[in-house]
Amino acid sequence: MAIATRSKERAQRSTATPSLIPGSRSSSFWFYLLPGLALLTLIIVVPLLWNVYLTFTSYRGIRPPEFIGLENWVELFGDTTFWTSFRNSVAMIVAMVVVPTLLGLVLAAMLFDLIGRKFGGRVASFLRATYYLPQILPGVIAAIVIGWILRPENGALNQVLAAVGLGGLQSNWLGSPETALPSIMVIMVWVQLGYPVVIFMAALQRVDPELYEAAELDGANWFQCFRAITVSIIRPEIFVVTLTCAIAALKVFGPIYALTGGGPGSSTIVPAYYAYSEFFQSQQVGYGATIATALTVVIAVVSILFVLVQTRLERSEEAR
Amino acid sequence: MAITETTAGKTAREAVQEPPRQRRRSGRARKTAGDWVILAVAVLIGLLIAVPFLLILANSFKSPTDYASGGPLSLPSSLYFDGITAFWERVDFPRKLWNSFFISSVVAVLAVGISMFNAFALGIGRVRGRTWLVLLILLANMLPQEVLLYPLYFLFRQVGLYDSQWAVIIIFTVIQSAFGTYLRASVYGTFPKELLEAASLDGASRWQILWRVIFPISRPTLSVLLIFFFIWTWNEFLIPLTFLVGNDNQTVPVAITVLQGDRLMDVTTTSASALLGLLPTLIFFLIFQRTLTRGITAGAVK
Repeated sequence: MAIATRSKERAQRSTATPSLIPGSRSSSFWFYLLPGLALLTLIIVVPLLWNVYLTFTSYRGIRPPEFIGLENWVELFGDTTFWTSFRNSVAMIVAMVVVPTLLGLVLAAMLFDLIGRKFGGRVASFLRATYYLPQILPGVIAAIVIGWILRPENGALNQVLAAVGLGGLQSNWLGSPETALPSIMVIMVWVQLGYPVVIFMAALQRVDPELYEAAELDGANWFQCFRAITVSIIRPEIFVVTLTCAIAALKVFGPIYALTGGGPGSSTIVPAYYAYSEFFQSQQVGYGATIATALTVVIAVVSILFVLVQTRLERSEEAR
Repeated sequence: MAITETTAGKTAREAVQEPPRQRRRSGRARKTAGDWVILAVAVLIGLLIAVPFLLILANSFKSPTDYASGGPLSLPSSLYFDGITAFWERVDFPRKLWNSFFISSVVAVLAVGISMFNAFALGIGRVRGRTWLVLLILLANMLPQEVLLYPLYFLFRQVGLYDSQWAVIIIFTVIQSAFGTYLRASVYGTFPKELLEAASLDGASRWQILWRVIFPISRPTLSVLLIFFFIWTWNEFLIPLTFLVGNDNQTVPVAITVLQGDRLMDVTTTSASALLGLLPTLIFFLIFQRTLTRGITAGAVK
């Protein structure tokens, strides 16, 4: 008897899940998904599959793609430029994830705990807005702003160095292989720093001040409070920030395009720029598609790992 | 960068309000030397971040000779507008502003509309397989755009939309609405049931419920989405660069970037070009500052 009703329920549920509007069957809502799904198929799904197909072909953009099996993939794994581009991606992760997150944590705590408390919320909000300023610009424009300062022949940085008697430190910042990547990294730190500060400051409002008072009574110093209370409470935000910034770091394209074109040599090449140049400069479409697909796989793996680690940490937290 | 930001909801409003609880020991009066040192450090970092903006501002109004004699740190000896006007005319800046404005506005409106329809079906209609559908839709937002680049390039060439602003508009409508769908679907999933029941008792159809009940109630958050989609689209680079090769179709960031390193760009004209590139977004930021901070934080808090 009980089994019978339960299976009947299940049968009902599978034919029509109830919508939130009484009397409306959920299947009648498909109509509203049509425009969105049609566009999605055309603009995302078909190109994505097509791109995967192109990785198995030799295609120079004029004659139809020629199937060559795994050749592109084999070439990719032996391609030093490709590995360099991912090594540079690691540098981008340092510049766009590691440094901004760590610095952002300290700055947010500083602004919220000390400056907001002792000098007023206005001072803190003003400083926060200043830190956030580079974030509002299009990435390429931000790069151009700093690129202007780093100009080789009469750039502001070189002139200032000469003026204070440090002319020996002058350099073709973006044009020589030793300084190009570090210069780009500095630019990306400048661009990225405001984002974690804003997010963490919002998150800090959840922290109960009494926890700090209790900790202080127990003789904890500022750094101990910071680690034990602040960091553990805003951990969800730390995850969101590191994940979104890591994806952004792997996808970087505009600043490289605007400043160095991957050079000098391949010293600042990143996967996104490498794929672009294979598509439109070398006309090696099949190979460019392979690079882009590899990048997608890396982003997917990074995202999944992040989410897995996060859920595991949350579980162990709950178990405690 | 921008991909990370998100939109407001209830959490946002809570998050944004000025620090709600005053710490009990109002320490305003007691400032130690250490506090002043920390303030100085924070201000110094702020200055360091602001300096590039100030340099660009000061040097955009200098003549090249003024720059050569006074260096980058001095104020302009006299206001010189030739660099800005030269660049303004060279790129036909009003035209580029209009292009960016047109593309971004159309994308924002279309993407909000599609987000709302999708979210209506997924959140309120609860169609079957909705979790998978949301994940599939979210793909549009997660993928590196390079994966789509060549097939889309080929596709739009075939249909004659290559070098047309509509190609860019269609692509970004899909990408932005993916994010909007994800956000709205979860919000509509918690829509007050009583309102929907009352409306359907009054005999309203699904279409009427969407427009007369759901749309008016969610209008504030939809307008936040609208602003975000507008700015994100404005800041995009790779796809406009690929699809808008004609000078007349280019957006502001593309037009400014492709002229960098040009022989005719002297030092102060380059500075002026950077100034023109950053001014529009700076103005948006000043107008929408509250909405934006609210939105950015909402995404992470959600």
